[in-house]
Amino acid sequence: MLIEFVNIAILALLAVTALAAIRLHDLFAVAMMFGIYSLLASVMFVVLDAIDVAFTEAAVGVGISTVLMLGTIGLVGRHEQKPAHRPLLPILVVTITGAALVYGTLDMPLFMDPAAPAQQHVAPYYLNESPEQIGIPNVVTSILASYRGYDTLGELAVIFTAGIGVLGILGLRRRKRPGHEGTSE
Amino acid sequence: MSFGGLYNYWIVILLMMTGFYVVIASGNLVKKIIGLNLFQASVFILYISVGKVAGGSAPVLQDGFEPYSNPLPHVLILTAIVVGVATTALGLALVVRIREAYDSVEEDEIHDQDESL
Amino acid sequence: MNDNPVLRIVAKIIIPMILIFGLYVQFHGDFGPGGGFQAGVIFATGFILYGLVFGTDALRSAIPAPILRIVIAGGLLLYVGVGVATLLMGSDFLAYNVLGSTPSGGQHLGIFLVELGVGVTVSAVMITVFLGFAGRNDP
Repeated sequence: MLIEFVNIAILALLAVTALAAIRLHDLFAVAMMFGIYSLLASVMFVVLDAIDVAFTEAAVGVGISTVLMLGTIGLVGRHEQKPAHRPLLPILVVTITGAALVYGTLDMPLFMDPAAPAQQHVAPYYLNESPEQIGIPNVVTSILASYRGYDTLGELAVIFTAGIGVLGILGLRRRKRPGHEGTSE
Repeated sequence: MSFGGLYNYWIVILLMMTGFYVVIASGNLVKKIIGLNLFQASVFILYISVGKVAGGSAPVLQDGFEPYSNPLPHVLILTAIVVGVATTALGLALVVRIREAYDSVEEDEIHDQDESL
Repeated sequence: MNDNPVLRIVAKIIIPMILIFGLYVQFHGDFGPGGGFQAGVIFATGFILYGLVFGTDALRSAIPAPILRIVIAGGLLLYVGVGVATLLMGSDFLAYNVLGSTPSGGQHLGIFLVELGVGVTVSAVMITVFLGFAGRNDP
């Protein structure tokens, strides 16, 4: 019961933060709202028992993502143009999509249901066999690195590729040539 | 389960739609990427919600703490978060280059410049 | 930001703690919450804080760009290398049991090396990305 109340309180705060991010037109404030949103999401993950995820979200969402957004805003300017017309079409699209998704949830198992299909498939196998097969207490690590090692290899390759992409687009350092300052780009 | 048991998913859908709205209604490329990130974070919350078991504890094995919540969504989302920030960085890098090429990050202005060529 | 003494002194105290905490998260991931992804990001935030407070040039002289590029590739190669090693030792790709004298010992060694590869690549990519954005401001 306590968990449900904490849950609802955090979800309400998340909704308020997200709606504030829509209304604001100062990008600096929007980036700060995103930082707050990530911090609230990581609190949510602690409540929902995902401590490893909370760890990552706190370091990535609040730290690195926000720093990158601020760095970009510093380069491109912090003020968004106000839209010229009323955003009726987007509101319509969003409402229809949301209604369809809510209709889809009606068939989903109830929140926290121990008999839900998601808890019956491979999760019991991992939880029961991990102590003998892998021998480390943190099941998240044993799935990440051992059972689903191929997956993690793929994810690491994506991060590697994204890093190479940013390196190619922005470059680590542009060499300053004397007498050619104005001609770069 | 006094709240119908599905309220969690509904609020997550509200959060998703806020992110979606920012992506399609805003003309500013930086704000679009922030909207994508909002959407992404709410998908993370949805996944972790699916893995939660009533009365469960975090999946670090220790005698006397049964049952455990489902560790599989945790693994998927853990890697997705870090991949998400890497792809966000790539998107923001493209925005910076667009700004250098067009001197604007507003969709309409970029479109007008392309038309007038 | 460079001439604010409070910021400089606090950063000098905090940065070593962040780095040591990153290492703790990296090597304690088997037993508690933690692992390569988290540790890589936390380790990178230490360097990013250094870059924010002391300037990107100081960060560049602390970690030269060629070393960063080698480290980015090195982490991924370490991961793949563990897989190739298990192949050469007569097992399947990334089946760690053959790495040690006991299956459990093999798993421990395999997970340790793989997580190390993840952490190294993630932290180097994050620092590279930060330098890419922050270095754009420099004239």
